Amino acid sequence: MSIFINKHSRVIYQGFTGQHATFHAEEAIQTGTHIVGGVTPGKGGQKHLDLPVFETVSSAVRETGADVSGIFVPPQFAADAILEAIEAGIKIIVVIADGIPVQDMVRVKRYLIGHDSIIFGPNTAGVITPGECKVGIMPASIYTPGRIGVVSRSGTLNYEAVAQMTALGYGQSTSVGIGGDPINGANFVDVLSAFNDDPDTDAVVLIGEIGGQQEVDAARWATQHMSKPVIGFIAGVSAPPGRRMGHAGAIISGKSDTAVAKMDAMEALGVHVVRNPADIGTTVKRALNS
Amino acid sequence: MDIHEHQTKELLRSYQVPVPEGRVADAEASAGIIAEQIGGERWVVKAQIHAGGRGKGGGVKVANSIDEVRQHADHIIGSHLVTPQTGAEGKLVQRVLVEAAQDIKQEFYLGLVIDRTRQRITVIASASGGMDIETVASTDPDQVIREAIDPAIGLPEFLCRKIAARIGLTGALMPQAVKIMRALYRCFRDKKALMAEINPLAIVGDGRLMALDAKMSFDGNAVHNYPEITAYRDFDEEDPKEVEASGHGLNYIALDGSVGCIVNGAGLAMATMDAISFHQGRPANFLDVGGGASPEKIANAFRIVLKDPNVKVILLNIFAGINRCDWVATGVVQAMKQQDIVEPVIVRLSGTNFAAGQKILAESGLPFITAVDLDDAARKAVEALA
Repeated sequence: MSIFINKHSRVIYQGFTGQHATFHAEEAIQTGTHIVGGVTPGKGGQKHLDLPVFETVSSAVRETGADVSGIFVPPQFAADAILEAIEAGIKIIVVIADGIPVQDMVRVKRYLIGHDSIIFGPNTAGVITPGECKVGIMPASIYTPGRIGVVSRSGTLNYEAVAQMTALGYGQSTSVGIGGDPINGANFVDVLSAFNDDPDTDAVVLIGEIGGQQEVDAARWATQHMSKPVIGFIAGVSAPPGRRMGHAGAIISGKSDTAVAKMDAMEALGVHVVRNPADIGTTVKRALNS
Repeated sequence: MDIHEHQTKELLRSYQVPVPEGRVADAEASAGIIAEQIGGERWVVKAQIHAGGRGKGGGVKVANSIDEVRQHADHIIGSHLVTPQTGAEGKLVQRVLVEAAQDIKQEFYLGLVIDRTRQRITVIASASGGMDIETVASTDPDQVIREAIDPAIGLPEFLCRKIAARIGLTGALMPQAVKIMRALYRCFRDKKALMAEINPLAIVGDGRLMALDAKMSFDGNAVHNYPEITAYRDFDEEDPKEVEASGHGLNYIALDGSVGCIVNGAGLAMATMDAISFHQGRPANFLDVGGGASPEKIANAFRIVLKDPNVKVILLNIFAGINRCDWVATGVVQAMKQQDIVEPVIVRLSGTNFAAGQKILAESGLPFITAVDLDDAARKAVEALA
């Protein structure tokens, strides 16, 4: 099994006919993802990659039964695209766009109240259930079907962790990117909870970074509710305070959101903490054997 | 994007927030002229740099005569002001704000932030003004009021009255406080700001509420829509290497170690720095080349990293998803050939088009140190320092 997306997911892309969306849609189709069409305002009625293009998300949902959307539109239009997907009843919304104004996301999160969509991102590499469904920009080739759940803020650090696991023979049930922005959709707890309920996930790797308290909150939730081991790493031990390290959300603004403070807190809460980012794979192995 | 105090005050004045009369000067003589034009008997001369704690470093001075205004301006302009936020080398002061000094009766704190936990714009207010709000929050948390704003209704008057009452701004002061809070929120929302702070918000001699110091920070992802805000950008406040890097689409932050880092993705870039630190080395910089990096972009990354004289080794760590190892390898070869690089270069490639990238590196005949994974790369970089 898997969480959030699987071989039954019916996927559309918003911003379908753009260069990035096209490239990643082609790769996703090759690896088995069931893409049913896409949306590009002004191009409704056309075909793209032999799939129908719609003017609006609601018409795409009506015609194709889509329940998952990958948002590939430029950041200045992305908040509107997310609102459109929520309004149209899309269940899983994966926001690849990087650079959405923070206040736009505050409005999106307000609108989400009372709707049952789940948003991943913004600024995420996406979500992948290896061998079944990929909505994102990650290289599908490095993921293999397996029983480890992965959740991260960063894309490339997710790849690094997955490569270390694959080298030791551990595949992934689902890998989820929640994105590097300060205001995002699903948080670590939402994803841990889904992995905890998934009978085909044995352990979860949680990869965070400096800034905010999400990872510690997740560790606290895990000690109270989780029956599976959690392996955790926080990037940014060597990051200076007060500087934004690439991701809009990656900034140390107090004593409690440094990497060391967060890893110490997580360790005290029972997480298998990885101090050297090169040891993620070996720590998974140790956690599963303990 | 941060802006100066005098710019924040100009912006807030346009939203009818009361601020002291004042203007900015870049020389002693013009500081004197401004003080004469403002009139009165006491003035404040304030260093304009993007760092807090200016008073502690001697960057805020009260003057009782025009001569004194000139003396203070002369002393502050051109100096390297050291504050708790600047680091030991301080920051060069190019301008001062000259203002009419106010007779302060009482000081408050008023701020707006984007609260990550609540995922809302949040008002922070306190009766303990004039000091660092983080200090107040840790020593006397009851003194700090927080109210999250529902974007569906904004900041209504009743909420402002509630906040004002809780910090003791009652009676004739309440309507003024309400007006200032709503103006600050309007400005914050209109310009998609990330942070706004009036500290202190003071009751002055004639019983009026006034913003005596103010600071705002704007969202780099939205600011291009507001030319009046981008016009406030002060390149002198930024590291020239960081400015140049951003012009090439590279995200570079200078640090003080000796291992130059070139990485794709912010998370992996931080993890690479951490792996170097784990092996007792120190990273010279954070550098994210982003996605789809061309050979030219990689070559530019080398150029920027090598502008730092402390760099003794370069570690390139690319896990290609939307990047391509062959493009990256071509960029590395190009940089090595064109830039006379004498420092050891450790290369770790993985992901999309890995084999093609390896081949380009091998056939170049250049003296790279190749690494098989992150740990190997970090260890070899630290060994190469010795």
